[in-house]
Amino acid sequence: MRQTQPRLRAAFSLGVTALLVIGLIASQWLLGDSPQQMQFNARLAPPGVDHWLGTDALGRELWARTLAGLALSFWVGCLAALLSTLIALSLAAIATLSARLDALVSLLIDTLLSVPHLILLMLIAFALGGGTQAVIIAVAVTHWPSLARVLRAELWQLRQAPYVRISRALGKSRWFVLHGHLLPHLIPHCLVGALLLFPHAILHEAALTFLGFGLSPSQPAIGVLLADAMRYLSGGYWWLGVFPGLGLLLMVLGFKRLSSHLRRAL
Amino acid sequence: MLKARQLSFHFSPSLPLLQDVSLTLRAGQWLGLSGDSGAGKSTLGKLLAGYLAPQTGDVILDGEALPTCGVQPVQWLPQSPELAVNPRWRVGKILREAWTPSDAQCQAFGVQPSWISRFPQSLSGGELQRVCVLRALAPEVRFLVADEISTMLDPITQLELWQALKREAEQRQLGVLVISHDSALLERLCPQRLHLSEGQLKPW
Repeated sequence: MRQTQPRLRAAFSLGVTALLVIGLIASQWLLGDSPQQMQFNARLAPPGVDHWLGTDALGRELWARTLAGLALSFWVGCLAALLSTLIALSLAAIATLSARLDALVSLLIDTLLSVPHLILLMLIAFALGGGTQAVIIAVAVTHWPSLARVLRAELWQLRQAPYVRISRALGKSRWFVLHGHLLPHLIPHCLVGALLLFPHAILHEAALTFLGFGLSPSQPAIGVLLADAMRYLSGGYWWLGVFPGLGLLLMVLGFKRLSSHLRRAL
Repeated sequence: MLKARQLSFHFSPSLPLLQDVSLTLRAGQWLGLSGDSGAGKSTLGKLLAGYLAPQTGDVILDGEALPTCGVQPVQWLPQSPELAVNPRWRVGKILREAWTPSDAQCQAFGVQPSWISRFPQSLSGGELQRVCVLRALAPEVRFLVADEISTMLDPITQLELWQALKREAEQRQLGVLVISHDSALLERLCPQRLHLSEGQLKPW
């Protein structure tokens, strides 16, 4: 029972998250261009029956814009987390090849961990000229170190395992040992690592966009919505900030829960 | 002929484990090695198989250093077979990692065909140990370092394992270093025996 319960919980949260994600993606077809449609007779309308979550300064429906923003964040987060995991895995694998390469990778990890994320993110996104691509690359190249450190330690420990030493003594190449013995052991770590990276990635994407270094203001990204909301907060238009912020929070918490359940189950 | 020449080894410089240890293992010879816990028996075994590098001295096989790639002619067999196999591989894949033993060889070592599709967790320690020993007997192998391989087995399984190994070793003129605490076992298996204590080898 103690074995099955974490698995059941993980399967349950995986099911719920998958349903929400499918719903989010499907809603983009149903929405069409409604996140961009302006209604000048309903500017800054409060939440109500006609406008579920209210409208913004140009009379655009906030519920449509929040859904579109979350879907955009989801794709950016997915791609950035995937790229980050690939970088972490490749560097951890390179580190096992020789002591010198290991020292180099460790130095790189420590250097990146010692620089505040957001500053590095802004510099890279700015250097790449902003936009979706720049945000994905900036988030991917700044988020791999913590996972790379875990994978590197795991690989070092595995390399000392008797069955790995015996495999080498039985004449197997380093490449065979890497993909036959080491990498299959790391796949669960990578899966959980990518899922843990995902909420970080979308939070930083939103932060970057909020600060003006990320996605273009014409896109209905959560960061853009929150930055817009800032201008109207003093006017008492609370719904502009609360609903997109709540949506982001729910998505982040959902994925955090899923990853912690999966970590216990795998 | 496998020769260790004046090996010295330590894990920390203040605590030397082996000092100027030399031994020779000829083809077809069964040599016993005993010693107290922590005397360095396993370390000496790993040095001979090239798993560890000595601080001074060297291990030579027919006048040359041990090869650095390919199937190692000196194979080390550890005490715990559970750690010696990849838990994600099935027994068939584990057994054929370096070579494919014949049906007769499998039968001699008591490796059942029904184990092939099972995972190592579903085999007992004794069954898994037989798989590990057979896996290490690739055609290129000429010497074995058997590090307490029968300690955890019941007497009948011990007997079967040693009989099978003895037959194979005689046929192929394998040199075997048997490391064990069990002096009765060493007396039975090995005409020559050495005792390791305080970093030195003495005849037993």
